[in-house]
Amino acid sequence: MAEETKDEIKKTEDVNRRQFFMRLGLGSLSIAAAGTAAFSYQFLEPNVLFEPSPVVNAGKPDRYPLDSVTLDVNTGIYIIHSQEGYFSLSAVCTHLGCLTVWKPELGIIACPCHGSKFDQSGKKIEGPAPRPLPWKRIWLNDDGDLLVDRSTDVPPLGRDSFVRV
Amino acid sequence: MAKTMDQYFDDLRGTRVWRSIFRSGTGSSTLKRALAIQQNVFLHLFSTKVRARMLSFSATWYLGTLTLGTFLLLVATGIPLMLYYHPSAPQAYADTKDLQFVVSSGLFLRNLHRWSAHAMVFLVFAHMFKVFYRGAYRTPREFNWVIGVVLLLITLLLSYTGYLLPWDQLAYWAITVGSNIASAVPMIGDKIHFLLLGGNAVNANALLRFYVLHCMILPLAAMFFVAIHFWRIRKDGGLYAHSSEPAVLRANAAKSPTSRTEREKWGTPADAKEGQ
Repeated sequence: MAEETKDEIKKTEDVNRRQFFMRLGLGSLSIAAAGTAAFSYQFLEPNVLFEPSPVVNAGKPDRYPLDSVTLDVNTGIYIIHSQEGYFSLSAVCTHLGCLTVWKPELGIIACPCHGSKFDQSGKKIEGPAPRPLPWKRIWLNDDGDLLVDRSTDVPPLGRDSFVRV
Repeated sequence: MAKTMDQYFDDLRGTRVWRSIFRSGTGSSTLKRALAIQQNVFLHLFSTKVRARMLSFSATWYLGTLTLGTFLLLVATGIPLMLYYHPSAPQAYADTKDLQFVVSSGLFLRNLHRWSAHAMVFLVFAHMFKVFYRGAYRTPREFNWVIGVVLLLITLLLSYTGYLLPWDQLAYWAITVGSNIASAVPMIGDKIHFLLLGGNAVNANALLRFYVLHCMILPLAAMFFVAIHFWRIRKDGGLYAHSSEPAVLRANAAKSPTSRTEREKWGTPADAKEGQ
């Protein structure tokens, strides 16, 4: 025990004044640099975003005839009125974020950028897209309007993923 | 006898004002010409003396110099364009159209900026291929190759950030696709995407960020690395001219027995063996 203490004392004596101040200086600089990096990162990340709300009002259900696929280009969603009910798909291609379009003559959803193709339920038919088009949460509000939450995915063909009127 | 143009220029170089700026003084000698390079803040990055064959067209096809030329052209046309362009979502597209149709010489400046940008990307690649196939990236020039790769990336990023600024459909979707490629980075991809755009989608924040990157951060970074790139040319033994490389000179000397001076100067492979 006593010997260890002695060693420790010797160790501290090994640092002379110049080395001490050098370490103190470099240490404070590193702390300041780390702090600057953290502040810069926080600064670059906006705290408030002036982006459109993820919840979209898609209007009255009777706007969408049975067996129709309707694209809203401004919000980037499809409202699909199928036999099972109304559901909503993201129209943003899962490949690189282009806006897809419904091709009524072919009965498919196609991306103009790199040729991905999806069926009416969002399942990929071909192309580079890595994932199917995600289903979005859809519900009726008190006024009887269809609302879609673009920030919430729901399971495809799930029982609660449809709105039945 | 009337003075010639050169004499007038020499008189000018002797005046007090000229001498206060350029110190080398009147007259022409090897020393004076060397000092003119060595004492100039811009030219002192380069070698004081260069072999004539290094400056011949065949040595480099002037691809690096031409790249610098397009860069300077881009700076010279880009700054005036900034005077009429507001990097804000409601105005950016209208300003671009104004530059095209309303501002005097706006069309010329914008087109020159655009064509120079295309030319710069082409020339950077051509320069790189020339350096690669000539083997000019080899020792002692490896580090300058690395600086060159950094400059290639800066050039591409300058092109990419400039792409968004017209704020039209092409710009919007090109940046949507491009920034989604950044999301493919493992783990931090989405974070990079968010920080790059300053949001979740290409909107006003993204336009402003790309504008600052395009007009300030990336050009400054380019100038910084270009300065290192040029300085390294001198430090790494000058421009690469195949016929001036020591190994090539030795091989040539060995091949032509008549050239005694060359052989004495560089030695022959046989000499090197005897020496061992």
